Amino acid sequence: MTTTSPTVARRRPSGRGSKAAPGRSKAGAAVTRPGFAWAVPATLFFVLFAVLPLVLVAVLSFTDWNGLGSPTFSGLDNWRALIHDHTMIQSLWLSVLITVLGVVVQTPLSILLGVWAAGKQRNRAILSAVYFIPLLLSATAVSVLWRALLDPNFGVPAQAKWLFGNGNLLGEQKGAIGVLVFVGAWQYTPFHTLIYQGATRAIPPVLYQAASLDGAGMVRQFFHITLPQLRNTMITSMILMVVGGLTTFDTVLILTQGGPGTDTTISAYYMYQQAFKSFDFGGGSAIALVLVVIATIISLVVVRVSGYDRMRSTSEGV
Amino acid sequence: MRRRPNYLAGLGSLVWLFLVGLPLYVMLAATLQSQSDYSENGPLSFPRHFTFSNYTQDFHNGFGHYFLNTVLVTFAVVAIVVILVPPLSYAIVRSKGRLSSGAFRLFLLGLAIPAQAVIVPMFYVINKAGLYDNLIGVILPTAAFSMPVCALVLTGVMRDITSDLYEAMAMDGAAPWRVFFQLVLPLSKGGLSTVVVFSALQAWNGFLFPLVLTQSDSSKVVTLGLYNFQTEHGVDIPGLLAAVVLSMLPIFIVYLFARRALVQGLMGVGGK
Repeated sequence: MTTTSPTVARRRPSGRGSKAAPGRSKAGAAVTRPGFAWAVPATLFFVLFAVLPLVLVAVLSFTDWNGLGSPTFSGLDNWRALIHDHTMIQSLWLSVLITVLGVVVQTPLSILLGVWAAGKQRNRAILSAVYFIPLLLSATAVSVLWRALLDPNFGVPAQAKWLFGNGNLLGEQKGAIGVLVFVGAWQYTPFHTLIYQGATRAIPPVLYQAASLDGAGMVRQFFHITLPQLRNTMITSMILMVVGGLTTFDTVLILTQGGPGTDTTISAYYMYQQAFKSFDFGGGSAIALVLVVIATIISLVVVRVSGYDRMRSTSEGV
Repeated sequence: MRRRPNYLAGLGSLVWLFLVGLPLYVMLAATLQSQSDYSENGPLSFPRHFTFSNYTQDFHNGFGHYFLNTVLVTFAVVAIVVILVPPLSYAIVRSKGRLSSGAFRLFLLGLAIPAQAVIVPMFYVINKAGLYDNLIGVILPTAAFSMPVCALVLTGVMRDITSDLYEAMAMDGAAPWRVFFQLVLPLSKGGLSTVVVFSALQAWNGFLFPLVLTQSDSSKVVTLGLYNFQTEHGVDIPGLLAAVVLSMLPIFIVYLFARRALVQGLMGVGGK
């Protein structure tokens, strides 16, 4: 586990790094260690601007607050309203739908591209450099770019009617969800491709040599060596996709504003809307708390199943 | 043992090249022609009369000011992270106390907090602190939310420093602060560069905190400027896309010259 404290690692000399690790050196000089004081500034800062707000979100979810003045305690009102709120329930389903579609589209794409880009050929290196350009754009910039490209009057659909029909992709639910999934894939596939590229390069070449001696072709090598070896990477990558998908916000705000109607109002966007557009900050907090719980459960799975160390090892060869 | 070329993957990669390249081409081409040319010829045509007026126009519309704000936020966030996180990781790796490992667990849990989930209480806290519509109010939460990944990266790097080196310094009777500056920091350079790039990207690309914590034009950052541009002058596509190009330009330059460091920073990993 990543949380193994240095003390424990030292008692088991085979754990990491050097073999010789007695508490004192031969000369008898005690190894001086930093105290907790070294960690205090960062910890305080983090508690103040990340942990405290997290606690407050729970508190605010039991209050009534319009953003001005002071919040007043309102018991379970927000939660009662939330349970009966159709938009909220719909938004959870939409979040799940967009997340699942994202995983289904991005995973095979990024595995194929990652395995391809892991090759050492020069043309692959050059093409890869182009592939990763979407990573350089912020989520905001990506959304603004695609909104402009898909503009029904001045964008690509107006010029390619044979492909896009009437061209107003964002005007109906299926089109809007499709656009959100596509733009998400456009933006994040390069990231996951990088993860798979690193993991593929870390596969011992001897496995492939053995397989080709046994007469296994490329396709069989891919399915019997590459894919099984990428299993852990797939878990890590998919979890990242799930967390990212459930918290999608910028894309929805800029591309669809949750519309048409509430057809693409996913939970994160609904929370923003409730708080900052309808000025129901208590209700918004309740939605936020639901998001926190979901994200925490998923992240606990992240830490248990994959472990950060594995993510580190996938960066080899980047 | 050379295998035969993989035509399928090659074809797939060309399709992806098209999907990435076409939008980027349309973007660049659009920014280099006037708005009327663009509306007339459509996005897929090649610009006939080159002009940089879209870029200069963006600067007239306040983009230069947004740019300065973003630069300021980025520098401040990186400074806070670089000052606070290395001592933290040093304590996590070398301190024997339970408190330090408790701090590490806190930051691990912090990975789980999505920024979206705390914007309402953050709005409350920043308001109470009198920092609403102030760049400091954007800097503080942005720095806090990039700390967990930075702490993980640096802790990982510092763990790889062998204990022989610490013992050698102890023989010289070095105090913790000397060990920190003469041993730990120099050996964590790779991790530090990852941390700088990661936190800089978080600040540069940050959208949510500026969106809910600022209001006036004078404290607007680039991402927010893009969003406003799109909602207010969405018809001026060449001007809008020129702003998009401008917003990514600094990152693109880093990508050209320090690709490895940038990619590691993007992914929040590595540093060997």
